[in-house]
Amino acid sequence: MEIRKSTGEKLFDTMNIILLSLLSLAAIIPLLHVVAGSFSSANAIIHSRVTLWPVEPTLDHYKLVTQTKAFWEAGWLTIRVVVLGTLLNMVLTIIGSYPLSKPYLRGRRPILLFIVFTMIFHAPMIPMYLVVKEFGMLNTIWALIVPTAISAFNMMLCITFFRGLPEEMFDAAKVDGMNDYRIVWSIVTPLSKPILVTLLLFYAVGHWNNYFTPLLYINDRDMQTLQVYLYNLISLGSNNDMASAAAAESSNMLPQALEMATIVLATLPIVVLYPFLQKHFVKGATLGSVKE
Amino acid sequence: MQSKSLQMLSKEEKKKQPGARRVSGDVSFLSFVKKNHALYVMLIPVIFYFIVFKYVPLLGSVIAFKNYNIFQGFLGSEWVGFKWFELMFNNPMYIDLFKNTMIISFYQIVFAFPAPIILACLLNEVRLMAFKRGVQTVLYLPHFLSWALVYGLAYMMFSTQTGMVNNLFKEIGEPVINFLQSTELFRTVVVGTGIWKEMGWSTIIFLAALSGINPSLYEAAKIDGAGRWKQFIYVTLPGLMPAITILLLLKIGNVLDVGFEQIYIFLNPVTLSVGEVLDTYSYRLGILNGEFSLTTAIGLFKSVIGFILLVSANQLSKRTTGESLY
Repeated sequence: MEIRKSTGEKLFDTMNIILLSLLSLAAIIPLLHVVAGSFSSANAIIHSRVTLWPVEPTLDHYKLVTQTKAFWEAGWLTIRVVVLGTLLNMVLTIIGSYPLSKPYLRGRRPILLFIVFTMIFHAPMIPMYLVVKEFGMLNTIWALIVPTAISAFNMMLCITFFRGLPEEMFDAAKVDGMNDYRIVWSIVTPLSKPILVTLLLFYAVGHWNNYFTPLLYINDRDMQTLQVYLYNLISLGSNNDMASAAAAESSNMLPQALEMATIVLATLPIVVLYPFLQKHFVKGATLGSVKE
Repeated sequence: MQSKSLQMLSKEEKKKQPGARRVSGDVSFLSFVKKNHALYVMLIPVIFYFIVFKYVPLLGSVIAFKNYNIFQGFLGSEWVGFKWFELMFNNPMYIDLFKNTMIISFYQIVFAFPAPIILACLLNEVRLMAFKRGVQTVLYLPHFLSWALVYGLAYMMFSTQTGMVNNLFKEIGEPVINFLQSTELFRTVVVGTGIWKEMGWSTIIFLAALSGINPSLYEAAKIDGAGRWKQFIYVTLPGLMPAITILLLLKIGNVLDVGFEQIYIFLNPVTLSVGEVLDTYSYRLGILNGEFSLTTAIGLFKSVIGFILLVSANQLSKRTTGESLY
């Protein structure tokens, strides 16, 4: 522990790099294994010859998964939920954050308190369920979109960002005859791209990965989202639809291989977008955190 | 658009007191609203959302004190006082549920909570920026996978027939372990997968706190003869303390929320005895069996415990470290 770089420090640096590399491997190996398995032959999987590289490469599993009607139905429902849900999230978050970012807005403090309160006190599951039920939204796509229309936390991030925009600019816009609606649409939105892109991604990934909401509000077997479909597929061993398709196709199909292919397809959008989105995610996540 | 707004800015500079006309206190509330009605119109759907989907359910929690009946609704059902709470406390099964919840939560605080802090400190010590960024990219990724997917991955890794880990065990002659269907390992699997999924992503807030530490503090420490370990103890750790305290307080306030989705997905009939927690039981009993009042009582009980814990932990922290949430 001297001032110059001692052997102890060098040892620490080396160990640190080794440890971090091992952690990274632990994070990525399960994914590589599933990708490898999805491209390997059923025979190779049964005999445990697949680790991180495809053995006897084949596209059979993908062919079978993409021929499954239930997979496409679940995928289509999920895409609709992501698009409609995120759109609603964004519109409400923006129009809610803009007025609340104005320091001069009368009644701003009570309204902010009103919103922050809901971040601390959550209603239990059942009263929430009963409200959704009263609206007749059970077993409809609306149950997956409307109850989660705003995230108070995301709205706080957005308010903080909007507050940083120069008020002089809005005054000038008003002098030029713009009303507040126009200002939000043609000034605030384009100038707030960093935060809006982040929120868009948070909301969209949230919808794509949501398992809880459909579990709660949907019991119609024909209305599965991708995550529910995936979970049922894995937990029940095999989906009827898929099993019959598999039986018809050939006898050497393995449920595991089909599950692997389904997992890969359900993760694909996120993994493909991930490298492009990472910088935004990180920026957005830090925006609302510690600032010194 | 950019040029247009710049143009507006320059125009604005000529004015003396921007925004002054609206900040002035002598305008009455009504005329303020009239002038800025657009702002209030925009808030209407937002406030409506919070009332309907946050406050109505919150008030709907009164059914914990009622004998809820679908036909009579929130308000019409008869009052039964603390009947459901008594039922809950008199049933030994709830002791088990409570115990399972507390044990998993305790493991999460002991193992999952410090993990990102340690990781952030290790990442902070890396001098090779490219390596650091690479590690971050890889470790953030699991956060974006759903629990259903993580369950799938765990199944592929740990299944006794074709799981990669068990295959490895078979190869080196070790006995196969049934990770996903074992009462002894359930909590380890739940906390472990939780760490796997969220450890990297949770470092972000600590890395932000680390980057906020004034570099001159490190220089001063170096001049005083502090090595990297001493610098860590006397500069880095105190710099992280506010963030650590706040997140720990929040976790303590949510001690009975151990992650419904994750536990529900990993539970199976074999692990029910150690893995059923208040939330998963509420779901089963409430949504699947229609026991609306009893499960709301469980939910309310959870919130009250959380609130008491949060307030007392906050008080304790304020007195001992000076850090607090409010």
